[in-house]
Amino acid sequence: MRRRACVLILMLLAGVSLGAQVSFDRILRAQSEPQNWLTYSGNVQGHRHSLLTQVTPANVKTLELAWAFQALSLEKFEATPIALDGVLFTVQPPNDVVAIDGASGRTFWTYTYRASPQARPCCGRVNRGLAILGDALFMGTIDGHLIALDTKSGRQLWNVAVAGARPEAGYAFTVAPLIVKDKIITGPAGGDFGVRGFIAAYDPKSGKELWRFNTIPSPGEKGHDTWAGESWKTGGSTIWTTGSYDPELNLTYWGTGNPGPDFSGDQRAGDNLYSDSLVALDPDTGVMKWHFQFTPHDIFDYDSTQVPVMADIEYQGRMRKVILLANRNGFWYVLDRTNGEFLFGKPFAKVTWTTGLDAKGRPQNVVNTTAEGTRVYPHLAGGTNWYSPSYSPRTGLFYVPTWQDGSAIFANRPAEYVEGRSFLGTFPVGTELSINGTQSNRRLPSGGHGAVLALDPRTGEKKWEFTMADVTDAGIMTTATDLLFSGGREGFFYALDARNGQLLWKAPVAGIVQAAPMSYAINGRQYIAIAAGNSLYAYTLR
Amino acid sequence: MRPTRQWGVTFLGTVLATAALSAQHGYTRAEVENGARLFQASCATCHGPKGDNVRGVALLSGQFKRASSDEQLVKIIIEGIPGTSMPPNNYSALEAGMIVAYLRGIAAGENVTAAPGDVARGKALFDGRGKCATCHTPESRTAPSLTDVGALRRPLEIEQSILDPSAELNADYRYVRAVTKSGAVVTGRLLNQSTFSVQILDSAQNLRAFNKADLREFVINQTSEMPSYRGTLDAQEVADLVMYLTTMRGRR
Repeated sequence: MRRRACVLILMLLAGVSLGAQVSFDRILRAQSEPQNWLTYSGNVQGHRHSLLTQVTPANVKTLELAWAFQALSLEKFEATPIALDGVLFTVQPPNDVVAIDGASGRTFWTYTYRASPQARPCCGRVNRGLAILGDALFMGTIDGHLIALDTKSGRQLWNVAVAGARPEAGYAFTVAPLIVKDKIITGPAGGDFGVRGFIAAYDPKSGKELWRFNTIPSPGEKGHDTWAGESWKTGGSTIWTTGSYDPELNLTYWGTGNPGPDFSGDQRAGDNLYSDSLVALDPDTGVMKWHFQFTPHDIFDYDSTQVPVMADIEYQGRMRKVILLANRNGFWYVLDRTNGEFLFGKPFAKVTWTTGLDAKGRPQNVVNTTAEGTRVYPHLAGGTNWYSPSYSPRTGLFYVPTWQDGSAIFANRPAEYVEGRSFLGTFPVGTELSINGTQSNRRLPSGGHGAVLALDPRTGEKKWEFTMADVTDAGIMTTATDLLFSGGREGFFYALDARNGQLLWKAPVAGIVQAAPMSYAINGRQYIAIAAGNSLYAYTLR
Repeated sequence: MRPTRQWGVTFLGTVLATAALSAQHGYTRAEVENGARLFQASCATCHGPKGDNVRGVALLSGQFKRASSDEQLVKIIIEGIPGTSMPPNNYSALEAGMIVAYLRGIAAGENVTAAPGDVARGKALFDGRGKCATCHTPESRTAPSLTDVGALRRPLEIEQSILDPSAELNADYRYVRAVTKSGAVVTGRLLNQSTFSVQILDSAQNLRAFNKADLREFVINQTSEMPSYRGTLDAQEVADLVMYLTTMRGRR
């Protein structure tokens, strides 16, 4: 009897703990538990749209700081936390993982990772977040490892050095992985170091690699001939923002980065597939079903590493399953996600690198930069960049953080590959753009500034624009109450009315916002979290 | 690379006007004259005003030990000669090309009228008739101190700032005009701004901050506060002033 009671209690305990486990089904149905935030963009569609409704345009003015978590790090804080049952899991850069009480901001545990000093990420020792499945968190590291941790203790479950992802050659994982079914999908950055990019799937139990898709085709594969000579070996084309997944089509979508060397095209004649592309992969096998290349033979560093946002919209009288993608090259695109068909692409910022797109979306009359230098719009940082956009199924609008009127002088000079060194060519001279939030901004608006744009994928129109004095690296989250949260380089976190762009609330956060907002709830209380400067802030209603 | 666009335009105008004069040498008069200024401001420091201060080198003779083509000369000017005291120089290929034009022009017997500037005359202009020192004092709050301008700017950029001060504004010295909702007009130097506020050193030299929402008007001036000296100083005086300013390399 007593024994049976014990078993029952054990079963109950097990049941509780099983209930807390994150199945892929829960991630797929994220909309049924909006109190949690189970994947980088909040759902696998890449919407970054919270269904929580406590904070509204009417009461947003009474948002106040619930807590702040100051990272023990001076690196850029780019991660979006995962939220599960009141606990936030985030990455203190470069690769420490922290479990934080979502109500108090106090830590449950910290996992400290000592990255190899050989690691050489191009643009800061950054990490954009974790993935969760079962009782485990998954993180790629800046020195080419993939790591699994226990959600409850922070104990390391496994740690694998990803084959070929040698940190000394520039391979660095910075992206938040995407869980698709029973696989972790991720890949290394390093496109400014002459690495060869890939997207791969790993077993959550062991870290074993299950498939690998080389973003640059091997000899004999289709597309290999789009790289002159040996240039494919050092052609970059890496990933560094999280993809999305369509369960009905069983396709996972990833945007790829620049071909290398970034600004020297002559030594890699050809279209350089699949750089600056969106690739649609079968998540079970890694086989590519289609691709769309935004910037063939790019010499401006116009990575296409944006979150591919899925939407089902009426377009020209027909319901279409589309991908929305505002590209670093200054155009925003609507593609049919069943087959990659180009529906339209329109500039959302000043563009001079091409005269426009043809009927299939291929850029026409692309500027060929000279060795002396040629001024081109957008700036090498792009019309937008990796900053998360948002899609609101309520408004039907696509919200994009952008850089307006930025330009740079690009020079096309040969680059020599030396393993582990930047493989760029000549770094462009950009318009004067402030580089941190405390630096004074004396720029003319015509010299480059930020703006949040609301774009209508049904018509291609811009609905509204929220103009900022400084440029922005902040992602966007919308909510089911038509709020839009974002920030910028000026040290503010703010809320706009997603219907018209009106400023409703703002809070000083001191540092640059170079992460994207997320929302969660504990005991019926909604929180909105944002990393800014070196801290993570959580806001709730007074 | 900074000034490529701006002075490229100015330069082109001059080129068109003078192209016919020295077309037989493949160089325009303007290129040769600009090259002369660059030469006097930079090369002459070691090579001397006649290009013969370094033993065994006579730059104005048209004979070069390590180069025969213009391209080779340009490369040497920009990259220097490793293992010798000839340093690399921060010139664009276009500017180095003008120096070559000057060297070729002189060797071909051209009479280059753009005489090198004179430091002493330039200083006299700066402190006296040019009234430059009225604003450009080392302690100035309203205009850039020029104590190290020779280290920060190339001669052509300095010349452009004297003749066409609005062509390229120094972002640290932008001036604004703001009108508050109550009608008060504030002018001054822009120190900082964000989407929501603006910080100014006003004309009475007070630090002022305003919410943009409280301003009826806020304009960042696109023209410089400094007057142009075109027509006020002649070509020789401008050359003198430029030469003096290139010697100001101290106090960083």
